[in-house]
Amino acid sequence: MSATDRGAGRIPPVKPPRFGFLRRTYAMLAKELIQLRRDRLTFAMIVVIPVMQLLLFGYAINTTPRHLPTAVLLQEDSDLGRSILKALENTAYFKFVHEVQSVEEFDNLLLSGKVLFGVEIPRGFERAVRRGEKPALLVAADATDPVAAGSAMSALGQIVQTALEHDRVAGDPGNPPFEIRAHARYNPAASSRLNIVPGLVGTILTMTMLIFTALSVTREIERGTMENLLAMPITPVEVMLGKILPYVGVGFIQASLILGIGVLLFGVPLRGSLPMLAALSTLFITTNLAIGYTFSTLVQNQLQAMQASMMFFLPSILLSGFMFPFAGMPIWAQYLGECLPLTHYLRIVRAIMLKGSTLENLRYDALALAALMLIAMTIAVTRFRRTLD
Amino acid sequence: MTDASAAPDIAIEVKGLTKSFNGREVVHDLSMQVKRGSIYGFLGPNGSGKTTTIRMLCGLLTPDSGEGTCLGYDIRRDADKIKRQVGYMTQRFSLYQDLSVRENLEFVARLYGVPNARAAAREMIERLGLSGREEQLAGELSGGWKQRLALGACTLPNPQLLLLDEPTAGVDPKARRDFWNEIHGLAADGLTVLVSTHYMDEAERCHEIAYIAYGTLLAHGTVDEVIAQSALATWVVTGDGLGALAHELAGKPGVDMVAPFGTSLHVSGRDHAALEATLAPYRSGGGQHWQHGAPSLEDVFIELMSRTKDNFQ
Ligand SMILES: Nc1ncnc2c1ncn2[C@@H]1O[C@H](COP(=O)(O)OP(=O)(O)OP(=O)(O)O)[C@@H](O)[C@H]1O
Ligand SMILES: [Mg+2]
Repeated sequence: MSATDRGAGRIPPVKPPRFGFLRRTYAMLAKELIQLRRDRLTFAMIVVIPVMQLLLFGYAINTTPRHLPTAVLLQEDSDLGRSILKALENTAYFKFVHEVQSVEEFDNLLLSGKVLFGVEIPRGFERAVRRGEKPALLVAADATDPVAAGSAMSALGQIVQTALEHDRVAGDPGNPPFEIRAHARYNPAASSRLNIVPGLVGTILTMTMLIFTALSVTREIERGTMENLLAMPITPVEVMLGKILPYVGVGFIQASLILGIGVLLFGVPLRGSLPMLAALSTLFITTNLAIGYTFSTLVQNQLQAMQASMMFFLPSILLSGFMFPFAGMPIWAQYLGECLPLTHYLRIVRAIMLKGSTLENLRYDALALAALMLIAMTIAVTRFRRTLD
Repeated sequence: MTDASAAPDIAIEVKGLTKSFNGREVVHDLSMQVKRGSIYGFLGPNGSGKTTTIRMLCGLLTPDSGEGTCLGYDIRRDADKIKRQVGYMTQRFSLYQDLSVRENLEFVARLYGVPNARAAAREMIERLGLSGREEQLAGELSGGWKQRLALGACTLPNPQLLLLDEPTAGVDPKARRDFWNEIHGLAADGLTVLVSTHYMDEAERCHEIAYIAYGTLLAHGTVDEVIAQSALATWVVTGDGLGALAHELAGKPGVDMVAPFGTSLHVSGRDHAALEATLAPYRSGGGQHWQHGAPSLEDVFIELMSRTKDNFQ
């Protein structure tokens, strides 16, 4: 390091080089990527957390309900009736804990939660079957636990069919001799497990994306590198983009991982267009990253950043329609829910995967996501402290 | 650049800078002027407001009051333009510890839009003598190497002004000398350097110095001017019983400062007559050798500091 090494002709920088914005954003992005690669904990978080959570929740939800407490209202004592009940109990889905005499008793048991399921065999059932009158077998389920009730209900048809074959009353399986009149009480739109796995995609992405960026600015402040960064000619927009963009890629990988597991392991269908799902997922990822980054510019330290993320994450789970049906929430809660990206993404991901919806159907939710992203970014850029004051 | 052409030979010109934190004023009504191409030393005890002042100069802190220009740009309004032409070396190492030497330099080069960032970083690594360590993480470098890397990073974009906050703290004497040779080389090329330091020998290598204590600029000028301004009379005493003598003299009328220097004792005071009167009996006592000496820069600073302390505490 000696003075003579330097050429005498120092050329002062004349004008700022072109494409300054792209260059600086790229510089920031490249730096973040290197840091991300070196940070083993974060790196592990990218893969381990989503896979672990999905498997954990996915399998917990997938578990077939066993020994659901069930009440029976037997209004006639027939062979066919007995045989159907036997078949039900043999599946181990149901456990008959009460045999009641009146409809009132039956209702009370369900209301009080003593049973989650009720089967009613009406008077004259067997005779009606033999005459080919297609009587109704009434099944009532407490669908406040939609998972349990839902899978038990879907198993029911098959079970009864088997029972009938056993009793040689059945004609052809396509035309059963009676009708099962299922009544999912309290939660008519019983959401099934298919509904929940796509929901998990959104929930897991919300959590990991928030945390990635929520720590990004405070980390620079706490490590003392902010002073150097602020002394250099970089603008808040460039810092933000440089810090968000690497994680868009990370989020994309995560989303693919989770969706892949959902489709392959849990048999969730993908009825709509995959490119559209990818595009809207990327939008959702970016929105969450922007929100996390906004927290990062508002708080003082990493602990506060984590707390802010949690404060955002909890309502996201509770008010987005992930836990409880959105339509069942009071209006004020629905308004709150509309402000959460997860609400819109849940609609999007469920609609695309399960219903095969098109972009036309989902325009509102896509626009809402984009709007939330822009709002978060605007706050972040204006609140980014450009000095150490 | 209208301002710049008005005073092309002035790099920094500020007036009345004031800054408070939580109601406590840490920089008070500070004015200074730094000529282009000069090396300006910034001295003062811990917590005197050096770092705060430097941060205000490069737009990292907004002054509560006061105004000024840096390279002709207004320090309040044109922070963005200032940042493009100023290299700021922070007191605490603030490059990325988890990035390698090369990655840090490339990052800086890209941010400033240096053409061919890779080549520029490679060249700087060679100049810094860091070849072979370019892939080492910055956080794993020794303290002295970190300082060197930080200096390299802030000179890489060819700034017109360097603000160096204690760049040689904890650096060995040889490296310190190399460092100062480099600074002089840069200044010879027209770069302006404002450097804060606690080392007297470094102060003496500056073209001009300023001394700040408790947020107030107390003295400035060339080293000789600062010494002359102090109007300090100094006696250098050698011989036996210096320890006892120092103890006796401290606090006597006219004696502002008593400080041992190796085998000698420096006794200084601003009020020449009072100092002479107090010292006369000791000088005639014999046993010790008394000699008029020029006060050292350190004498001046310590005296300045002790004087202002009375005003502030
Ligand atoms: N961000 C801040 N918030 C509150 N007080 C601060 C802040 N920065 C500096 N100070 C206070 O301002 C005073 C001056 O600090 P400064 O860092 O400018 O001193 P300095 O001259 O650089 O000291 P040193 O030689 O130890 O580096 C100190 O008392 C410090 O505690
Ligand atoms: Mg300092």
